Amino acid sequence: MSTTTADDHHDEHHPSGMMRWITTTNHKDIGTLYLWFSFIMFFIGGFMALIIRTELFQPGMQFVDPQFFNSMTTMHAIIMIFGVVMPAFTGLANWLIPMMIGGTDMALPRMNNWSFWILPFAFTMMLSTLFMDGGGPAGGWTLYPPLSLQTGDALPFVIFAIHFMGMSSIMGAINVVATILNMRAPGMTLMRMPLFVWTWLITAYLLIAVMPVLAGGVTMLLTDKFFETSFFNAAGGGDPVLFQHIFWFFGHPEVYILILPSFGVVSSIIPTFARKPLFGYSSMVYATASIAFLSFIVWAHHMFTVGMPLAGQLFFMFATMLIAVPTGVKVFNWISTMWRGSMTFETPMLFSIAFIILFTIGGFSGLMLAITPADYQYHDTYFVVAHFHYVLVPGSIFAIIAAVYYWLPKWTGHMYNEFWGKTHFWLSTIFVNVTFFPMHFVGLAGMPRRIPDYALQFSDYNQIATIGAFGFGFAQLIFLWLVIATIRGGAKATDRVWEGAEGLEWTLTSPPPYHSFTTPPNVEAELGLASHK
Amino acid sequence: MAQAESNYFVPHGSYWPITGSIAVCSLMVGFSNLLNGAMWGKHLMILGAVILIVMLFGWFGDVIKESESGTYNNQVDTSFRWGMFWFIFSEVMFFAAFFGALFYTRVYSLPWLGGEGTGATTNSYLWPSFEAIWPLTANGPGEIGGEFQTMGAWGLPAVNTALLLTSGVTLTWAHHALKANHRGQLIIGLFLTVALGAIFMVVQSIEYIHAYKDLGLTLGSGVYGSTFFLLTGFHGMHVTIGAIILFVILIRCIRGHFKPENHFGFEAAAWYWHFVDVVWLGLFIFVYWV
Repeated sequence: MSTTTADDHHDEHHPSGMMRWITTTNHKDIGTLYLWFSFIMFFIGGFMALIIRTELFQPGMQFVDPQFFNSMTTMHAIIMIFGVVMPAFTGLANWLIPMMIGGTDMALPRMNNWSFWILPFAFTMMLSTLFMDGGGPAGGWTLYPPLSLQTGDALPFVIFAIHFMGMSSIMGAINVVATILNMRAPGMTLMRMPLFVWTWLITAYLLIAVMPVLAGGVTMLLTDKFFETSFFNAAGGGDPVLFQHIFWFFGHPEVYILILPSFGVVSSIIPTFARKPLFGYSSMVYATASIAFLSFIVWAHHMFTVGMPLAGQLFFMFATMLIAVPTGVKVFNWISTMWRGSMTFETPMLFSIAFIILFTIGGFSGLMLAITPADYQYHDTYFVVAHFHYVLVPGSIFAIIAAVYYWLPKWTGHMYNEFWGKTHFWLSTIFVNVTFFPMHFVGLAGMPRRIPDYALQFSDYNQIATIGAFGFGFAQLIFLWLVIATIRGGAKATDRVWEGAEGLEWTLTSPPPYHSFTTPPNVEAELGLASHK
Repeated sequence: MAQAESNYFVPHGSYWPITGSIAVCSLMVGFSNLLNGAMWGKHLMILGAVILIVMLFGWFGDVIKESESGTYNNQVDTSFRWGMFWFIFSEVMFFAAFFGALFYTRVYSLPWLGGEGTGATTNSYLWPSFEAIWPLTANGPGEIGGEFQTMGAWGLPAVNTALLLTSGVTLTWAHHALKANHRGQLIIGLFLTVALGAIFMVVQSIEYIHAYKDLGLTLGSGVYGSTFFLLTGFHGMHVTIGAIILFVILIRCIRGHFKPENHFGFEAAAWYWHFVDVVWLGLFIFVYWV
């Protein structure tokens, strides 16, 4: 068997300029592409959020017409979920997993390139629908029929764009699984893998299991619209509620796809700045697996008000509440890791601590929503909006930001500016609460979501939320500037970067070589572990 | 598992992925425009399909060249195995969505429309004459799509079951031949498998023509027609793809590719074919039979 090594490629002439990025098979290049793509989409999706908040600053119709408002809420969701959080996590996976497990690169490098290069095409298709006859999709990102079937020319483009993104996610996930199962250095046993690797392994499994189900569901929408089928048409023996079941069978595991890698990030950062090993490592692994399992049997809690047999409502209520157990295990493990640690509060640690507190708030409002009779009151109100923004913005997004601050010195070889990092943190944390906390109150008082107008008594809280949203949005410009500034220069970062950092990625130089570990590292020596024999 | 001794093969930069994106995007944009009534969409689709075929030839050609020149070591082989395994799992989940739709309508929504459980008022106010029986011959409560008869299990579908099961046997027979280095038997076995797949597709086409012409069973025949044609249609598409894959493998075998101890390309195609077989058994039982 020939042993063509990755080393050979060092001497080769890489295509330069644009072509380097288009043809690259390198996990770091592809990770960088994913992260920048995600960052650009973050500002596009954020701009849409600001259009929504601008319209909602006052009751009555001010700036946009209702159809456009609804297509903004729809597009904002699709972009933030499929265009920001998922690509950002895949970007982090690309950059970090090979370095963390002592591998050369991702297991399937050419397919890795395709996973990324689908996304710009898919999102061009998706965004172009805003300029079509009938406007963009406006029935919500959940695409419930029959409303979504009233979309104009945009519908087939939206459906195919979702198919395309699904292909990208599935290929990306297959690559992650193959990499983790096959590319580990000797001695990197499964139960020695960093939690970021574990959480991504489980996330990838969720992705492979549910993205095809979404593809099937939207295909049925397409045939109902254009090929006379009756899947969601009661007159033909179908049922619109069937779509909701299919969608949420995808949709609920999807929300764990959006949060599990965050758990991994936070589980890497907290031990570093608490200068203590992670408390309860194996319970973290089992908790992640339990959450993933439970995510498949709770989907109908999104549809309590739609009409379901009593037994179904009870089952989905109790199964949903069960998720609080493994999630609680995680939260207590993070807190126990910090307990009596020698803590310092650099920017990544600040974002991680904010993550624990604010994500937990979102978790608690989730528990409230899980109670079926209470959900009848909360359903489709701003309380739901507050809930999922608490788990997604100071949850997923904060974890992504924390990850960038934490690993950016490793990636670029430069330290970021701590003062501006902390400024970014405080502005983000204050404004995220100013934006989303008032939404709990207006939601409990009955303000419905996805409506461009509201009753007068909701004005005060909506104005506060709008101010918060603009504050949060502009605070992210600091982040953008800081990332660019760090790439271009700054204090030299050491190889270990953080005093308490543990893991194989810190044994490489900062910035790391183009191919991570061309020969497998001695895991036990590098990590200071006893031999595994 | 992780391996210490060998270095991993990281391929050069490649233009095939971006070519694939352009191809699939053209296909999708073309089809969308066609669905919206713009006939030029057809031409964009053809262009996309041509680029896609070029890309598939180029990309798989590169992989075959690398494989035959001995570039891949065992660790790369394992990556391919995991990749193919999880790809097939994703395909299983795709079919699960349609089987789920079938079960949901049969177990829940049709009985509700017929007045069972909480559906009593729906039934008595909207469609008092509707009775939920499967297979649906009354064409849904709204009587959309006109009269039709359902497809029986023991005519053409039973023939198709026999064809696919036999093709699974011939394929395994070919695999044994490859492992024993009996090239003649290998090529005969593979040829028979591809031929059985092709005959299956012909029978399936005859069945569709029969459904449309004689039974009045169309895509518009209520939820029975929807589930029937989407499940069998997507399965037929997978049989076609599987047969094309096996045909390529056949050509490669004729050219002397693969070794008794190292032939993952063959095995991947075989896994895929067996997966298509198993899906058919599910279809035969739940769509045609019970």
